[in-house]
Amino acid sequence: MKSGKFWAWVVFALGAAYFFIPLIATVEFSMRMRRGAYSFDAYKVVLGDPRFQATFGYSVLAAVFTIILGVLIVVPAAYWIRLRLPQLRPLVEFITLLPLVIPAIVIVFGYIRMYGSNSPLPFLASDTGTNALLVIGYATLSLPYMYRAVDTGLRTIDVRTLTEAAQILGAGWSTIITRVILPNVLIAVLSGAFLTFAIVIGEFTMASLLNRPAFGPYLQNIGANRAYEPAALAIIAFAITWGCMSLIQILSRFAPRSANRPN
Amino acid sequence: MADPFLSIQHVRKSFGATTVVEDFNLDVERGEFVSFLGPSGCGKTTVLRMVAGFEEPTAGKIVVGGKDITRLKPNQRNVGMVFQAYALFPNLTVAQNIGFGLKVAGMPRADIDARVAEMLGIIKLPQMADRYPYQLSGGQQQRIALARAIAPKPKLLLLDEPLSALDAKVRVSLREEIRSIQKKLGITTIFVTHDQEEALSISDRIAVMYGGKAEQVGTPFEIYNRPATKFVANFVGTLNVLEGRVTDAASGKVQVDTQEVSLKGKLNGSKSGDTLSLALRPEAISLGLQPGRDSSLSGEISEVHFLGSVIRVRVGIGGNTVSLDTFNSPATPPPAVGEKAQISFSSSDMLVLH
Repeated sequence: MKSGKFWAWVVFALGAAYFFIPLIATVEFSMRMRRGAYSFDAYKVVLGDPRFQATFGYSVLAAVFTIILGVLIVVPAAYWIRLRLPQLRPLVEFITLLPLVIPAIVIVFGYIRMYGSNSPLPFLASDTGTNALLVIGYATLSLPYMYRAVDTGLRTIDVRTLTEAAQILGAGWSTIITRVILPNVLIAVLSGAFLTFAIVIGEFTMASLLNRPAFGPYLQNIGANRAYEPAALAIIAFAITWGCMSLIQILSRFAPRSANRPN
Repeated sequence: MADPFLSIQHVRKSFGATTVVEDFNLDVERGEFVSFLGPSGCGKTTVLRMVAGFEEPTAGKIVVGGKDITRLKPNQRNVGMVFQAYALFPNLTVAQNIGFGLKVAGMPRADIDARVAEMLGIIKLPQMADRYPYQLSGGQQQRIALARAIAPKPKLLLLDEPLSALDAKVRVSLREEIRSIQKKLGITTIFVTHDQEEALSISDRIAVMYGGKAEQVGTPFEIYNRPATKFVANFVGTLNVLEGRVTDAASGKVQVDTQEVSLKGKLNGSKSGDTLSLALRPEAISLGLQPGRDSSLSGEISEVHFLGSVIRVRVGIGGNTVSLDTFNSPATPPPAVGEKAQISFSSSDMLVLH
């Protein structure tokens, strides 16, 4: 029993070392910009760079639109599948997993071919269209996470009975989704939203190939041309992602219990 | 007779090749409390769901207040419903739950508040307005669900096994409360249950269902005392069934084991030599010969169970066993197993099951 515990700690320590040593090394390196002393100079340079602010702002906006699009598509779809088409669930789960299997580069090349300026749907003919296509692409990439999060949330409530209870009280579909279903899966939707946020902030392939001024290509550009700043940027991106994860935890803890507890 | 308020006419429901409701007919008067009673899978909930609009009948029509509602959506029917699983909205407070239907209907805020307060008064939970469903007991949740269903003043109230998830004590008190609220508001109500005691105790009429059909529709008294079919007789109440053989159809003589009883006028065309199932309710049987009872059978006491105020006795008569209850009398010792005994009953209480 005691030796079992010892080896468990050894494995835990090795795992933690594997995870933390590169992180510590990156933090340490990012602080060595000033010769002979630790400083936050690299962070100052990065945060003061107008391109950082512009690209980060662009990616945040893209993430917000991606989340809205994802919620609009996934919540009604997952709800309808649970309510009326449960036999389609395996198929839909498979489809939502495809973005994990098909590389983003394949998807984006498909987009370029399908939506080029000569196509019937010329998304790429204008900046707004390209931005919209990028958001659609991001929504596709985040589909596995968003769908699973929402579906798990729906599993915790009695979707059918709640729907029928609302219907018999006179509610139409939009009222049912916005006032009954969505509030009860809000925590799950938020989990999906933050995962989406984390994906969009660091995404490179789509933004780069669609030539969008996003944070991912900026990260890559800095990484190729500077020494200390990329390390600082990596840490900032890491902090943002972890911040999102922590927010999920905090929100699910502080959310009204009623929304988490089915009858 | 005036037109019925709710009329279910020749309704049939099939799911693929399976027919779960067959030619169901029922007329319900305004303000009446009708129970659908039957075992699982008899189609009672399906009929209720068709009235609610959650299922569309394969054939037939449903009329409420003279209007054909068969093809209307549930949210267009103005029907209230209470579900077995409460189905309160977990994200809303009690007051918001009760006011949900009123808000959907676009009622002004002040009117909603007043109606919610009135409903909370009716269900005797005025202090619960700001609680969430998870903070309430099962019985309280179901009372809120009832208040929510009746708040928009529906034309019909549908109760789908609303007491099944509750413990026995709460079930009894809540069913009485449901009935008293229903009477007070005069709302036409359909109550689905598989519990015969529930149905018998609170209904104006009961529709006993089996195999997708209404086997019998009648008052609790009729259903219990004059069951129309063997299924109804067996399903409602406890029944002693004796196998008999008609020895003389003209004079109504039937042989049970080696003894004979007279059932003149009850044989309904049976011929001599036919075998029959005869049924007797336990309360129609007395131990020993009693004045006013025109028939008797002899047997041997096989079991005696002391239940406090009553003593349950089983008497073996040949291959048949008859169960009856006698009141406990401190002055008289209970009968003993193995004793010879006679049971007496009125032949008019004996049911011939077809």
